[in-house]
Amino acid sequence: MAEKYFGKRQKRTEDPRLIQGLAHYVDDIKLPDTLHAVFLRSIYAHARIKSIDTSEAKKAPRVIAVYTGKDVSAKIGAVPCAAALPELKVPDHRVLATDKTYFVGHPVAVVVAEDRYAARDAADLIQVDYDELPVVMDEEKAAQGGPVVHEQFKTNIAYKLTAGEGDVEAALKSADKVIQQRILHRRLAPIAMEPRGVLARYYPGEQELTLWTSTQIPHLARTQIALMLGMAENKLRLIAPEVGGGFGSKLNVYGEEALLGWIAMQLNRPVKWIETRRENIQATIHGRGQTGYIEIGYKNDGTLTGLRYNVYADMGAYFQLLTPAIPTLTGLMLSGCYKIPAIQINITGVFTNKMATDAYRGAGRPEATYVVERALDLVAAEMGKDPVEVRRKNMPAPHEFPFKTATGLFYDSGNYEGALKKALDMANYTKLRDDQSKARKEGRLVGIGVSTYVEICAIGPSAATPAGGWESATVRIEPTGKVTILTGASPHGQGQETSFAQVAGDELGVNINDVTVIHGDTAIVQYGIGTFGSRGTAVGGTAVYYALQKLKEKANKLAAHMLGVENGPVDFKDGKFSKDGKSVTIQEVALTAYLGKNLPADMEPGLSAIHFFEPKNFTFPFGTHIAVVEIDRETGEVHFQRYVAVDDCGKVINPLLVDGQVQGGIVQSLGQALYEEIVYDEQGQLVSGTLMDYAVPRASHVPWLELDRTETPTDVNPMGVKGVGEAGTIGATPAIVAAVVDALSPFGIRHLDMPIKPETVWRIIGKKGAA
Amino acid sequence: MIPNSFDYVAAKSLDEALSLLGKHKDDAKVLAGGHSLIPAMKLRLAQPQILIDISRIKELAYIREDDGQIRIGATTTHYQIESSDLLRRACPLLPETATFLGDVQVRNKGTIGGSLAHADPGADWPAAVIALNAEITAAGPKGERTIKVEQFFTGMLSTALQPGEILREIRFSVPKGRVGQCYRKFRHPASGFAVVGVAVSLLLDGSGKCQSAGVGVTGVSPKPYRASAVENALKGSALDGKSMSGAAAHASDGVDANTDLFASGEYRRHLAVVYTRRALEMASSRAK
Amino acid sequence: MNKINVSVNGVSHQSEVEPRMLLVHYLREALNLTGTHVGCETSLCGACTVLVDGQAVKSCTLFAVQADGSQITTIEGMATDGKLHPVQEGFWEHHGLQCGYCTPGMIMAAAQILARNPDPSDEEIRHGLEGNLCRCTGYQHIVQAVQCAAKKAKKQ
Repeated sequence: MAEKYFGKRQKRTEDPRLIQGLAHYVDDIKLPDTLHAVFLRSIYAHARIKSIDTSEAKKAPRVIAVYTGKDVSAKIGAVPCAAALPELKVPDHRVLATDKTYFVGHPVAVVVAEDRYAARDAADLIQVDYDELPVVMDEEKAAQGGPVVHEQFKTNIAYKLTAGEGDVEAALKSADKVIQQRILHRRLAPIAMEPRGVLARYYPGEQELTLWTSTQIPHLARTQIALMLGMAENKLRLIAPEVGGGFGSKLNVYGEEALLGWIAMQLNRPVKWIETRRENIQATIHGRGQTGYIEIGYKNDGTLTGLRYNVYADMGAYFQLLTPAIPTLTGLMLSGCYKIPAIQINITGVFTNKMATDAYRGAGRPEATYVVERALDLVAAEMGKDPVEVRRKNMPAPHEFPFKTATGLFYDSGNYEGALKKALDMANYTKLRDDQSKARKEGRLVGIGVSTYVEICAIGPSAATPAGGWESATVRIEPTGKVTILTGASPHGQGQETSFAQVAGDELGVNINDVTVIHGDTAIVQYGIGTFGSRGTAVGGTAVYYALQKLKEKANKLAAHMLGVENGPVDFKDGKFSKDGKSVTIQEVALTAYLGKNLPADMEPGLSAIHFFEPKNFTFPFGTHIAVVEIDRETGEVHFQRYVAVDDCGKVINPLLVDGQVQGGIVQSLGQALYEEIVYDEQGQLVSGTLMDYAVPRASHVPWLELDRTETPTDVNPMGVKGVGEAGTIGATPAIVAAVVDALSPFGIRHLDMPIKPETVWRIIGKKGAA
Repeated sequence: MIPNSFDYVAAKSLDEALSLLGKHKDDAKVLAGGHSLIPAMKLRLAQPQILIDISRIKELAYIREDDGQIRIGATTTHYQIESSDLLRRACPLLPETATFLGDVQVRNKGTIGGSLAHADPGADWPAAVIALNAEITAAGPKGERTIKVEQFFTGMLSTALQPGEILREIRFSVPKGRVGQCYRKFRHPASGFAVVGVAVSLLLDGSGKCQSAGVGVTGVSPKPYRASAVENALKGSALDGKSMSGAAAHASDGVDANTDLFASGEYRRHLAVVYTRRALEMASSRAK
Repeated sequence: MNKINVSVNGVSHQSEVEPRMLLVHYLREALNLTGTHVGCETSLCGACTVLVDGQAVKSCTLFAVQADGSQITTIEGMATDGKLHPVQEGFWEHHGLQCGYCTPGMIMAAAQILARNPDPSDEEIRHGLEGNLCRCTGYQHIVQAVQCAAKKAKKQ
């Protein structure tokens, strides 16, 4: 019997090139005569551009061209925003600043030179005369009035939106107690290790433009950039080569991408731009950025009655692809994994003089989970109950699925209690609490944080997404029997070259080394959506699965014909079709399909199938994370003692990859909880503008992560897979914050805003009576 | 990411380096490991016209013991110090300090002389050389002069080195007898620099009391400093818990502390006290 | 322009370089060894780590002229005769990489750890990787990869 791949800890087929330095990220692609672009960016958060003098820069050695907003604004369309909301105020977002700059890092001019050193030198020679304008930094204050970012709107409020079901006012009134809490979700920088980069080449004969760009959404970017450039979409070939991480920051269409394409066409030479890390922190989207107010009502027995979340969402100065839509995802997930009869979110989207916010791993859902989990902890603290007890009280039982929330969702499947119990057992929760009481008696500050989460994955049904929520796949068996999969998903580290090959290996009975998964090139791959929202496997993989079924159907028919049993069924096992002791391999069937000499009368030659999979719902993975910390009471430093997580992402194709996704997500959460924060000062200067100040977690910051899973399949797709890419960033943050808060509960602390820095903790201990 | 253009000369001898420095004056920068200078050049915060590379001068890289003195040449790398058997035996404070410094790659290339001459307020070496009462030798056009470590650090990123001078050597007397040393550091989570770093070198007398103490503190203020009040309080003390915590309480007396995004001056002053006490406790346990 | 002689992955190169050319740009642009990556400009991410005379250094914080006369090993030189280096094998077996961008630097740093300490503890590995950032893996699989490599290296 052939090896079964589904469920196997299969090491990745993409790794040999990556571990030998043989992969090709954008900057690794070399074309002869390539020019290099360097951007000059605004040093002010808000300023009028009185004049730009590029004459010295243009005269500098090896410089080919310098462009400003005046040169390109009429020629290149606006940077797109795909989010459609009622009465949304959409600023005109040009690829280069025209009359004003709106944030530090706003591109003002671009220098194109024979090499990047010359381009960088010339950028220093551009003289920009600015008039500084009043800046708008705080989203909450900006919503109330004061200076405005965009004069034409006369307000900083980009939109207001109320969502949710049930009578929240009545629900909160019916509660025995209502708890209120202000809560901050700081701005974060995604920090994909590969910064953004673009290489553009124009072929004048074919009138075709090829763009290599570090993106998560090659096809959507192609459509949008073609529109920006006013060219036929099928004359633009967009290639996402090896992509060095995205985390949502490359789920976007950036002005630089279109501008580089335009420059390549202007100059008729290849042109490349590679973002520096400083630019990346200034001018690649930020995540999160919400100031919110929670109100949660509950009965004396702990039953939740209603939840309201009023939130000021920091948009930044402009919209990127999904900017205003992100807080609406927060609204969708506010029920968490609890029965809350009435839920309301009131979103105020606010312009500020900062870089745009947009999707960062989790995209609105970590915010929701954090809100709900903090709220549950506040209820538990107020009631003097164990946080686990309050959670259990309000969880739907397995038989209550599909479960309808007051945010309008149907949770497909779930066994929240099951994952919770498993995690509590792994952590030995009862003993942890006993040890904690003992430690407290010794004056030690030990804290235990529990988060039970649900997330919305496999995004998603087209009805619920701005631009198509399906995914596509082509599967073909080549004449020699090799299997090619073209996926519309665009993996950039998630490992679907391997997991899709595993699926094909099992379905076709072939060795995974005979399967090649191709993605990211719009000239090769049929239109697709891309990789984000934990959709790669659950939606993209499902498309592959269905395409395989279609292909097998045809192969089966042909095999029957070859075996002379036209009308009867044949068996298919381990890559062989057989009947009555005779058999043909799937490779033989493929060759026959291409030779075309021996086909059933009604059969087209060739052996390939395409499928566009439209999911009927999202999926809703869930789990429980438990963090145990001890605080150094002299310094306020937080030290992890344990970290336990049980995640349920349905069926698992490759546990190795799932572990990797969960671990990476938890560590990004850990960064958010304890270290990471984009800080602008009152003048709008970006204070945390390099990795010297913006603390991405390092190996030594991270405890050993004890992971396990439960497996509750979904019927949203036939493989029962749910998605796991964002689980860690959604489940872990509240657990870590809760653990620190719990450790400090002897000082009367019930909530702390992230990142929880040692000094904050020290001040609490110091002020509230250090022992 | 891309520095300005400059000329580069790899000096073959100290004399050549000095004469080049004399010729080019402020246009020149001395390059050793480059781990302070090159990052600044890449952000164009430093824009020298000429770099004089002294890292190839063999006479500047050494760790040796002469007449009861340890001498460390300026271009000795952090890793050479970290892995020096001589220092591990004679002055473990320096190898220990090195392990806290930057990361493996930085330690492989960065030099003690470069770090001291750059005088970053979060650098680690200054605490250690202060604790050791080291002297720093500067070579200049008029020959060499010795600068006591207290006089060496004059402010944020500034030292007593005069234009035309190159830091040549760090030297100090080998601590003899019942010695206990320790470096403790509160590391900035992003940059890895010291939010607070405390180096301690204790000498005990025959009865186990503190005969002398050297305590250097970095990270807290614009320039590293000697915690004299701590040293004085320790002298003659029994080095029990009480005397050490009493002494450590003076670790930031009268210090004008730095405030940044990560830690306020008040917090830094507090950390200096805690880390001083912890370094003392460890050092004294090592001496006993 | 300055003349330099370097040996990279066992191959000698004589080149003329501008003094300000960073070693990483020399390797990537002049020698087309693009496995060494750039992830920051403040010497903090370690993606550009290579071995110079056997010592791991950040090639973004070194001018090519400083490497004159050196033996340099980049990620492309780690596998020999088509056989992966134990550290590369460890990363593959334990899924020590996702997007792969930090990986060449991680592998070079890990090789340095093992060259100095053939049997490192979990904590020593984490300390040894202080100079390398990974945003994907959360480091746990990397730590396991290095432990695995240590075992493999011992067997060889």
